[in-house]
Amino acid sequence: MIGRPNPFSEEEDDLRGRHVYLASALVVLVSLLILRMWYLQVVQGDELRTLSESNRTRVQDMTPVRGQITDRNGVVLANNIPTYELLVVPADVPDPKQLAGQLAFYLNRPYNDILKALETARPQFRNQPVHLLAGLSRAELVTLETHRYELPGIVLDVEPRRQYLHDGLASHIIGYLGQVNEKQLKQDEYREHRMGDLAGQTGVERGWEAELHGKRGRRLVEVDAAGRLLKVLGESPPEHGYNLELTLDARLQRLCQQALGAQAGAVVVLDPSNGEVLALASMPTFSQMEFINGISDQRWKDLQKDPLHPMENRAVTGRYPPGSTFKIVTATAALEEGVVGLRDLVTCSGGFEFGNRVFHCWNAYGHGGVNMHRAIKESCDIYFYEMGLRVGVDRLSDYARAFGLGQKAGLGLPNEREGLFPTKAWKQRVFKSPWRAGETLSVAIGQGYIQTTPLQMAQVTAVAANGGTLYQSHLVRRITDSEGRVVREYGPEVVRNLNLKPETVDAIRQGLSAVINEPGGTAPVARLDSVLVAGKTGTAQVVGLGRDRIRLHPNWWQYKDHAWFVAFAPVKDPKIAVAVVIEHGGHGGSAAAPIAREVIRAFFDPTIDNIRPSPLPKPNPVQDEED
Amino acid sequence: MLQFDRRLLENFEWVLLGLVLLLAGLGILNLYSASSSSTQGGSPVWIRQLYWAGLGLGVLLVTAAVDYRWLDRAAWLFYGVAVVMLVLVLVMGATASGAQRWIDLGFTRFQPSELSKLAVITALAHYCSRRRYPTGMGLKELWGPGLLVLVPFLLIVDQPDLGTALHLSMACGTVFLYLRIRRPVFWGLVGVGVFVLPFGWAVLHDYQRRRILTFLDPERDPLGSGYHIIQSKIAVGSGQFWGKGFLKGTQSQLRFLPEQHTDFAFSVFAEEWGFIGSAALLVLFFLFFYFALRILGRSKDRFGQLLGMGLIGLIFWQFFINVGMVTGLMPVVGLPLPFISYGGTSLVTIFMSVGLLLNIGMRRYLFQTGAPVASNFPG
Repeated sequence: MIGRPNPFSEEEDDLRGRHVYLASALVVLVSLLILRMWYLQVVQGDELRTLSESNRTRVQDMTPVRGQITDRNGVVLANNIPTYELLVVPADVPDPKQLAGQLAFYLNRPYNDILKALETARPQFRNQPVHLLAGLSRAELVTLETHRYELPGIVLDVEPRRQYLHDGLASHIIGYLGQVNEKQLKQDEYREHRMGDLAGQTGVERGWEAELHGKRGRRLVEVDAAGRLLKVLGESPPEHGYNLELTLDARLQRLCQQALGAQAGAVVVLDPSNGEVLALASMPTFSQMEFINGISDQRWKDLQKDPLHPMENRAVTGRYPPGSTFKIVTATAALEEGVVGLRDLVTCSGGFEFGNRVFHCWNAYGHGGVNMHRAIKESCDIYFYEMGLRVGVDRLSDYARAFGLGQKAGLGLPNEREGLFPTKAWKQRVFKSPWRAGETLSVAIGQGYIQTTPLQMAQVTAVAANGGTLYQSHLVRRITDSEGRVVREYGPEVVRNLNLKPETVDAIRQGLSAVINEPGGTAPVARLDSVLVAGKTGTAQVVGLGRDRIRLHPNWWQYKDHAWFVAFAPVKDPKIAVAVVIEHGGHGGSAAAPIAREVIRAFFDPTIDNIRPSPLPKPNPVQDEED
Repeated sequence: MLQFDRRLLENFEWVLLGLVLLLAGLGILNLYSASSSSTQGGSPVWIRQLYWAGLGLGVLLVTAAVDYRWLDRAAWLFYGVAVVMLVLVLVMGATASGAQRWIDLGFTRFQPSELSKLAVITALAHYCSRRRYPTGMGLKELWGPGLLVLVPFLLIVDQPDLGTALHLSMACGTVFLYLRIRRPVFWGLVGVGVFVLPFGWAVLHDYQRRRILTFLDPERDPLGSGYHIIQSKIAVGSGQFWGKGFLKGTQSQLRFLPEQHTDFAFSVFAEEWGFIGSAALLVLFFLFFYFALRILGRSKDRFGQLLGMGLIGLIFWQFFINVGMVTGLMPVVGLPLPFISYGGTSLVTIFMSVGLLLNIGMRRYLFQTGAPVASNFPG
């Protein structure tokens, strides 16, 4: 009855006939849906029914391969090896207690730990396996494979595991992996991570976690009743982490650690021409593999309680007064500010009366009349007291900051410290008392409130070496993807140019060279025949006990001063800047300088691959020599 | 209006109401199964849906009773309010998963894009009912109503709620096809659409692109929307010819199916009732649309016809897109299946639309002169 004329106006009914047209379209479209149902339910029905029975689809994670870490010459420091892991599908475990009992027996591991892990496992998707135990041995794997049918719900898988090829070498820099914690999971940086994942907990592993980690892949698979894979239904492959090439020289790093031996201390080696960190040693060190293998609570507590703090990276977290090594800064400030001429003499009588106190020079007999060159060479305290007074603490502070003190060097390692350089305002703010002029004297020779890290003093040395440029210290040279394409490259980056006068630079270099190479210098022990070395000794006072009282103290060594030595070489066109600190090592010239000398010697002679560890300090607390 | 007119009851489309009640009943039955494994607190989903259906029925009767032609007079007012609300959502809307779709009223959140669909349909019917297109619509005739649809469309796209925007435009497109578009103009528009497609791709959000890519190749993302499609296809297909039986669907009872009482309710049905049951359900839907179309064929009120076609378009495309999505024919768009999926607002809106359709059918006599006009529609 379509097309029945409109009773009002025939030609105006433009909708007539459209209903049939639309009804036909309706028939076609609904038929299409019914055909689709036929295809799915009848044509593909058998296959899809099989898939649905005891739903045989599983969601599997595909762990990305973590990026590799190498040194500047391509020596691999951290890579990954395949290991066997035990996973479990919680939905397939009828009785967790029974399974935990079986696993505890077969693997000889604590029952409670396994049960706890089983009961707290919460997969994101149904039928998704979750991690239970990592790093199974071959024997354990065979045992589990044998008893597989008695262990419902378990899945054995190969997973890449972190391996540190030179365990204990540069542990503080490289760091280690640990399970990501809940606090971290809430941070944006860890958005790719899930509970149970491993993440860098310290060092470069932590600092460059986002680059190293990569992106998890997933796949949906069909498995048989025993959980064995039949078919991959779909997958999004993992994206592997980026590789890091460090600025470190593994050989030099090893030699630095060797040179420190059993002493607590740090050695930092920088390339003064670009800020690359060639070595950053902190001793004692620790084993990274211990963490990868699952460290016990007791062992962890022991490490935390160890009086030598092996977990601490002294090179960036240790804060020590710089002692006389700071005279490099005071001398630069005095010359730049024009408060002294190169030939001007200051008379050292061994003591300096100031206010109602006498400030001593280390040389109680006095140096007589000293100029800048001799003051640096012989480390005359009186001369630098005078310079400190002439420059004033606030101007001195400006120079200290320009050299990079009192601020983080920004290596990207966790827990890096800023150190401290005091000003009048700082004293007022923190101690609510005005600055006393006598404190300027202490600061001018690197004692008192100043605190510096070994890395910061290496930077000061590098600035003196290269003639006044502070480069951004960095640990990573290059980031590449898994195909080897360069993702990011870190070249020299100037933090600050101090714009020093050439005469100043020259005078400081000559003075520092004289410390080692001229008669009367404080560190002739650091002299090398092969290359001209410049340097400065330093002794950081720990506490102001009198000598006699130190000697009588049962733990006298805890009050012994820290020994410093900073150096660069060659004097002309320096290639290396070194800072060494030995905790409670006593005098810088005798405890720290030999280490710096050996490190520099090894740097210029690639054939050296062994350094005799420097001996422990002799049980003689008396410090007859000062600097 | 208040005095009873016998013809109102005579012309009441009882079959359509019967179909609607049947569909809603099947929906509730299906929800009983879909939620039987659910451990959510509160009253079960199917009970709540039952309440909503009761409310919907009340709304349906009220909508059917009050003469629909007041909508004709208030069309522009509705349209204006809808556009203002869409603008308000953009300016001060609450954000959920990156999209602004709600206005927070304090006690409840209000999603204007749902209501705006009805307002746009009403305004379109109002506008076009005043004009005649004896030779079909050309470009000159299309730009006016086109603009009328485009403004709310762009506002909804901007929220961004691409699913709703597409749904609205498809319903309006159906009205244009009903009015007939001249053939060269139609193909020209199709051509322009194909040409513009790449640009549209460029302005899509990442998640929208992902959905379309996943639809084209579900294995790309087996755990995101691909997971939904794969599990849904497994559920539907595993029903085979006779189905697994009521409450016996393993995919749904073991809760492999995502959102099984909302967007994927149909796959629960298909798994348990098999091809025989789902084909029957599709036929019921077909009959529903057929009888709804028949109302339009018999009506003599141009506004009523156009409004009715807009409403049919809305319900039909929602139906078609949902079943297409569940069976892997279309991307996962997140439109619920009318009558079957759980969702109070959606159910009440659809009952209201059915009320309007019944209303249009009841009042066709108002435009008759003398003898009752026989059907203008097959059957």
